[in-house]
Amino acid sequence: LAPWVPVVGLEIHAQISSNSKLFSGSKVRFAAPPNSLVSFFDASLPGTLPVLNRRCVEAAVMTGLALNCSINKKSLFDRKHYFYADLPAGYQITQQRVPIAVNGSLSYSLCIDNKMSQMVTKTVRIKQIQLEQDSGKSLHDDSRSQTLVDLNRAGVGLMEVVMEPDMCCGEEAAAAVRELQLILQTLGSSQAVMAEGQLRVDANVSVHHPGEPYGVRTEVKNINSIRFLAKAIDYEIQRQIEELENGGTILNETRAFDSKLGCTVPMRDKEGKQDYRFMPEPNLPPLILYDAKSLPANMNHQQVINIDWIHERLPDLPSVKRKKLVEQYGILPEHSFTLLNEDGLAEFFESVVKQTQMKPKKVIGWILKDLLSYLKQHSLTVKESPVSSFLLADLLNLLEKKEISSTAAKQVLAELWKGEGKTSLEIVKEQKLELLQDQKELEQICQAVIDGHKNEVIMMVLG
Amino acid sequence: AALNDGLRSQVSAALKEGRVTPTELCQRCLALIKSTKFLNAYITVAEETALKQAEEAEERYKRGQPLGILDGIPIAVKDNFNTAGIETTCASNMLKGYISPYNATVVQKLLDQGAVLLGKTNLDEFAMGSGSTDGVFGPVRNPWSYSKQYKEKSVPKSHSEDEESNWVITGGSSGGSAAAVSSFTCFAALGSDTGGSTRNPAAHCGVVGLKPTYGLISRHGLIPLVNSMDVPGILTRCVDDAAVLLGSLAGHDPKDSTTIQDGFKPFELPNLTDVSKLSIGIPKEYHAPGLSSEILALWSKAADLFKNAGAKVVEVSLPHTPYSIVCYHVLCTAEVASNMARFDGLEYGHRSAMKDSTESMYAATRREGFNDVVRGRILSGNYFLLKQNYEKYFVKAQKVRRLIANDFVKVFRSGVDILLTPTTLSDAAPYTEFIQEDNRTRSAQDDILTQAANMAGLPAINVPTALSERGLPVGLQFIGRSFQEKQLLTVAKWFEKQVQFPVIQLEEVKRHDTDVFQHQKSASFS
Repeated sequence: LAPWVPVVGLEIHAQISSNSKLFSGSKVRFAAPPNSLVSFFDASLPGTLPVLNRRCVEAAVMTGLALNCSINKKSLFDRKHYFYADLPAGYQITQQRVPIAVNGSLSYSLCIDNKMSQMVTKTVRIKQIQLEQDSGKSLHDDSRSQTLVDLNRAGVGLMEVVMEPDMCCGEEAAAAVRELQLILQTLGSSQAVMAEGQLRVDANVSVHHPGEPYGVRTEVKNINSIRFLAKAIDYEIQRQIEELENGGTILNETRAFDSKLGCTVPMRDKEGKQDYRFMPEPNLPPLILYDAKSLPANMNHQQVINIDWIHERLPDLPSVKRKKLVEQYGILPEHSFTLLNEDGLAEFFESVVKQTQMKPKKVIGWILKDLLSYLKQHSLTVKESPVSSFLLADLLNLLEKKEISSTAAKQVLAELWKGEGKTSLEIVKEQKLELLQDQKELEQICQAVIDGHKNEVIMMVLG
Repeated sequence: AALNDGLRSQVSAALKEGRVTPTELCQRCLALIKSTKFLNAYITVAEETALKQAEEAEERYKRGQPLGILDGIPIAVKDNFNTAGIETTCASNMLKGYISPYNATVVQKLLDQGAVLLGKTNLDEFAMGSGSTDGVFGPVRNPWSYSKQYKEKSVPKSHSEDEESNWVITGGSSGGSAAAVSSFTCFAALGSDTGGSTRNPAAHCGVVGLKPTYGLISRHGLIPLVNSMDVPGILTRCVDDAAVLLGSLAGHDPKDSTTIQDGFKPFELPNLTDVSKLSIGIPKEYHAPGLSSEILALWSKAADLFKNAGAKVVEVSLPHTPYSIVCYHVLCTAEVASNMARFDGLEYGHRSAMKDSTESMYAATRREGFNDVVRGRILSGNYFLLKQNYEKYFVKAQKVRRLIANDFVKVFRSGVDILLTPTTLSDAAPYTEFIQEDNRTRSAQDDILTQAANMAGLPAINVPTALSERGLPVGLQFIGRSFQEKQLLTVAKWFEKQVQFPVIQLEEVKRHDTDVFQHQKSASFS
């Protein structure tokens, strides 16, 4: 059987982190009472007009720069028409002709064979980033034959990031999305929390034989976590391969991922092939951005966006942060990945390092093995940790000064975890975990143990 | 003070001096609206709020602190502008009973200056039409149908025929506003102009109709027909008044991203006496098929007027004029299809009782809410926007639009200051004749002289010129350079003074305002 080459591309919608919506002044907030964050424009009241939100443009420029894109100094807005209850105007304002950023790339890392010690770096090309409006939410109440519409989300700014089909499997896609998520969170351009709908991923999947043209692709939607993303893609690849090997064909369709069954199912696509009747948005002039060279001298600073100014103020991206962590603290690359993967963990680590004499190379073990496993066991975030960096550093100092053994330290940590407000020293004293430094006292104790277990000693001596 | 007084020259002064009070003015207008109800110019009369506004204005005048020239002045607004708390219907079933929660920027500006909002005027449904005959509240009647001038000239075809069936249309789509100004029920009115909708009815009703440069006046709150061509229009009885309104409305609006950023300075119109430095262009293509010989003669006479006064009058060419109607049709219907997509019955407006599914509810709502004209344009527009048609029609039309706009640029660059053209092909048609052809045919015929200015975004104004043989108004149009309203209006004002267009002689007005006919010989109020 000839080998199959799976091809995976992604369309990612990231909700822009801003106070107000893309074209109107209503607030952006998760889980607010239904229809409480809807301006006249969001409700599509006749006669209302869009006014571009500067912060949203800056977020898109930041993201474009972080993803190595060319920022288009002139981009355009278009209307994409379709009828749906959650789209009040009957069209979405998006950027179809000329988006704000194009031709970028994202580097991400994978572990080979699940071994963190073997990481390989891959790159996926970013086709474009475009600004567009989010839709509202509709809930279908079949029992009462009605649809409930909440427009709070209608008009919130989105960045659509299109990743070229450079990925080959669920794992790669998941890693790429994870890295994008970290970048967005670092920039602050999006909080990118999938569970709150701030990051939505659709996957385009196809398979073909090497040397042959790409196969028909399907679009997979309704993926609610990074873990499910990998599952959905891998399932779909398998499904397509099986279908083709059994002589079937792949339909160019949209499929939904069913997380309970772990499979993809065709979505009820009533419209068939949609013609969105794209048209330029006549109420928004072209979006013009400047850089240091092109910025006219007498231009009001408030009225323009200077790409170079934004570039200069970009924070360290995750890849740079990881490098710095490795260089500064002598930890392994895979350690730096785990540190950045957990919100607040890197800061926690650095804080502990500052407060203890223990070498960072040793501290990292305590962070990644002990602390992290406790957090995972109890489903807590670093912020929610009952053990603060101060407490942990204090404990590690005791260990470093050889006042306790590492076994004892683990016991103390377990006790600290209960969050009863005791210090490490107090726990050590309570449980009598002090390391005995006195040689004579140690000999006495050992002798006492031997004396108390004569039979066992004989057994041991005899082998 | 009389109802036909110019704002700046007389009414304002009268109010300041206390010779007339805002409430008196308001009451007189309201009474006249009632007695001219047969014109069907108003959809909603906001009697209570108007009187309240008048009272507040009166207080200010008493304290000697009027807000400005417009304080206490009764005005009317076309029913496609949002007015908070007052029904906004666009003469459509889709918005019957719709009470908007906000004021259009232009409405707010007028109210902020103390203007008294008498009511909302009638129009073609969603501003689609050139007769003001296709709205759900019925057609608007041209006040001149009841004028002495028209009645004297009209020959009844039979004894059974009365003036009921002889009445003529206002033109459109801002017919209600034009009729309201023409019949003295208000001092000024807002219209809208997308293809001539302010200038056309202005010509037929014998009033000044100004289409400002695109981007000068905010469209926020104007329910759009074609976003890239719509402008709020100004209807008044004299050019000076149009300048006053313009001054109070123009300027950047942060709520409308298509308004210019540059500051706008309101101006007073100079009294031009020397036109020798002026160059008037006569575009030959505006000698359009169907142009009545009467209007052709008037146009020629006007050109001579300028020449004899020392201006340079040259024939010019705008070669792409013949393509503008088709181009307009494509771009207009495409934008209409898009703009009307929001009317689904969900958030506001009419909602059908059909409940089988969201889609069937949408379809029924839109079928019930829109008239044939609107639905026809939506269908055409969607056709042109289909992926396979987009290049052929929409993009092509945009390119032709650029050519049309460039025609004007070239002519203005060649030294011409103002263009002089007819506004309409003929005087107002009788209603029974007008409705013999469908809306689309009529629009295509009637927009031909006005719509290129919308394509190019240029300012243009109708100035009432003379009465036709039938005793009905005929106007001529001046088209100016972008944002050169001051020059445009200055020339228009000079012309207005020369032609001395007669005052309409209406029984109803006579009954309400005995001062009116003291000035019946002229309409210029210098």
